[in-house]
Amino acid sequence: MQTIADEVLIANIAKGDRSAMEALFARYRVRVFKFVLRMVRNEAVAEELNSDVFLDVWRQAGTFEGRAAVSTWIFSIARFKALNALQRRTEDELDDERAETIEDDADDPETALAKKDKAAVLRQCLAELSAEHREIVNLVYYQHKSVEEVSGIVGIPEATVKTRMFYARKKLSELLAERGIERGWP
Amino acid sequence: MNAANNNAANNSARGPSMREPSEVELLLPWYAAGTLNRREAAQVEAALAADPTLAERLEWVRAEFAQEIYINEEAASPPDNDVKALFAKIDALPARRPAVSPSTPTLADRIAEFFASLSPRTLAWSSAAAALVIALQAGVIAGIMFKDKGAGGYETTSVQPTAPGDGTYVLIRFQQQATAADIASFLAANKLSIVEGPLGGGLYRVRVAPTKLAKPALTDIVQQLQNDKVIGFIAATE
Repeated sequence: MQTIADEVLIANIAKGDRSAMEALFARYRVRVFKFVLRMVRNEAVAEELNSDVFLDVWRQAGTFEGRAAVSTWIFSIARFKALNALQRRTEDELDDERAETIEDDADDPETALAKKDKAAVLRQCLAELSAEHREIVNLVYYQHKSVEEVSGIVGIPEATVKTRMFYARKKLSELLAERGIERGWP
Repeated sequence: MNAANNNAANNSARGPSMREPSEVELLLPWYAAGTLNRREAAQVEAALAADPTLAERLEWVRAEFAQEIYINEEAASPPDNDVKALFAKIDALPARRPAVSPSTPTLADRIAEFFASLSPRTLAWSSAAAALVIALQAGVIAGIMFKDKGAGGYETTSVQPTAPGDGTYVLIRFQQQATAADIASFLAANKLSIVEGPLGGGLYRVRVAPTKLAKPALTDIVQQLQNDKVIGFIAATE
């Protein structure tokens, strides 16, 4: 079966074609939802943001210039909305979130290791990364974005993309070390 | 102290890095994800073959990669009815030109088809001709355009002439950069309808009112319309 190119769908959306909008939404809804969910860590907010992202796609399709891939454009909209949502979060919400995320802080490293295998500890550490680091880790590992694509989505130079990912991983090493797992550099 | 312990010491120091990572180290996450180009992938593979510690680091990268996938796959998915929520938001937006059946082309479609049917050379000629006539008085233009039409002006697929009736009309040439969507929006916003065209010079005869307006009222309308970005030229007709 032939797949209609994203660019063709965007051109049709710009003309008000709802079926093209449905097709593009079907193509990206899960990936964008997971991306914003990873950043805002709240399902209800992620749902709202997901539809807001595609609402912007509908409204701005006519302005899409094709300088970057459609997916890069969509993810950059999603990122912007997720960052705005994070800025709007109240301190109370963030406190609740921290309490949920850092569930085993009271355990000493040996206890934590005994309770969980390495993979589970690694997942916990990945969840504890900052929004900036969660974002780049998600884009590289889950969204399979190249250095160039991440650069386009995040709006930073490619060299910075690489070093930001490195420091996200370095932070991960530190979090693992706090739980008794030394993995070397980074 | 072996290299691994040194690395651990670096980490446990929690301070600034004691060395800068190599380019290959920086690329490991993309290598694991399979998103490097062939040249970069070959560069990483050569380094991995020469450096066992790099291979160990790659194993950690792969572990992170696997767990990030796991986290996302285990996380919630968007609700099944999310497309309805999206279109509810879209429908709540101010009215936008609807998608229409191809069997009932709108004026915008016909304008778009017309522009699309012109070769760049024809379009340039059309613009040049229009630029020339703009220098003339509006009343004279109308006269010239209508006289010349029967004398061999170019014929294209166009809006068919309709009986002018008692309405009030203007001649309009749209900006070359204006898109069909721009023109359709302009016409809809101002409740205008094209009754004839394109005439020579890319002009369109446009009805601005269903009844005959007094000259001052028509002048006001023309002045108002000529400020729109899609208008290249506009003149009242008698």
